[in-house]
Amino acid sequence: MKFVDLHLRPPVNQFDKMRKLIEKSAELGYSVVGLTFPIDVKREYVENAQKICKELGLDMVTRADLTPKNSRELLSMLRKIRRKFEVIGVNCQTKQTYIQAAKDRRVDLISAHSGEYKKHFFGKSEAKLASEKNAALEVNLTPLLYTEGFRRIHLLNILRKEISAANKFGVPIVLSSGAENPRLLRKPNDYAALTYLLGLDLHSAKLALSVNPINIVERNRRKLSPNYICPGVYLVKRGKDC
Amino acid sequence: MLGRIRRRYILVKIESDEEIDRRSFLNAVWSSILRLFGEYGASQTELALIEYRWKERSAILRCSHRALEMVKSAIAAITRINGKEATIHILLVSGTLKSLRRKSKTIFAQENKNNMSQKSN
Repeated sequence: MKFVDLHLRPPVNQFDKMRKLIEKSAELGYSVVGLTFPIDVKREYVENAQKICKELGLDMVTRADLTPKNSRELLSMLRKIRRKFEVIGVNCQTKQTYIQAAKDRRVDLISAHSGEYKKHFFGKSEAKLASEKNAALEVNLTPLLYTEGFRRIHLLNILRKEISAANKFGVPIVLSSGAENPRLLRKPNDYAALTYLLGLDLHSAKLALSVNPINIVERNRRKLSPNYICPGVYLVKRGKDC
Repeated sequence: MLGRIRRRYILVKIESDEEIDRRSFLNAVWSSILRLFGEYGASQTELALIEYRWKERSAILRCSHRALEMVKSAIAAITRINGKEATIHILLVSGTLKSLRRKSKTIFAQENKNNMSQKSN
């Protein structure tokens, strides 16, 4: 099984730290890694990361995380960067942005429990909207490791609700690390074991670490290829003999 | 009538820059189980440390097969042992100690091979 960690957050301008994080991912058994870059990232940083991944035999996915204040900002950000990155994740802070992100085809991942849990979270209405479009629910597992006490209790409670809503409406779930530090990375099987705390069975956890993220990456790569015309229509051949 | 006790043996790998003794390791696993599942949950695990080898950075734990998922998630949630940064990775789970040892030999042989090839590169 090919395992994917779609959310590594290396400091892109610190080559050594970035290398250590990617090396650790390769050592732990991941074949595809998604690196989060700032929206205005310099081309050389992406090339550096690509070089490291190539050396280690990893498939690199470029990713951007958006934290819009409102739905209008989300739309303008998506318009600007959608074609620059292979995967787009959205951290929603308001109910309005949750709804906009869930119904927009350009959004790939909606981060679970990114806002203030008392106010908004990925509930049934958002799950219903997301199920009709492309968005998947992304659960970052690193916060589960470093939080303690009441904060972890609340986090577990909200994540369980979000996962249950996603399951009810058939929204794909993607498990990722969200790690900045190699010490906080775990093996895919360890992450699958951790999801026992979230009420996710082992089979679904493994799908969320492999098949679901791979589907998103493949779909987006097809869309970003020059042969893509519109949904279902692809250019098969170019040239004078067509 | 009480049924036969079914157990699971877990081989783990410890990653830390500083040396960790047997007692601290076991304490860290117990406290992680206690934090996540409380005293009632911890009482169901029947956890025991069977073997601890710091040289190989490995340990073998035994638990009840019903509490396996609990123990695995608690192990994965450990980030510090005795105040030092540490990570524990689960390498193998087996129903008998004999088969665990047999399988672990192949894992460690593979690791040694990888280390040798890395050094030569």
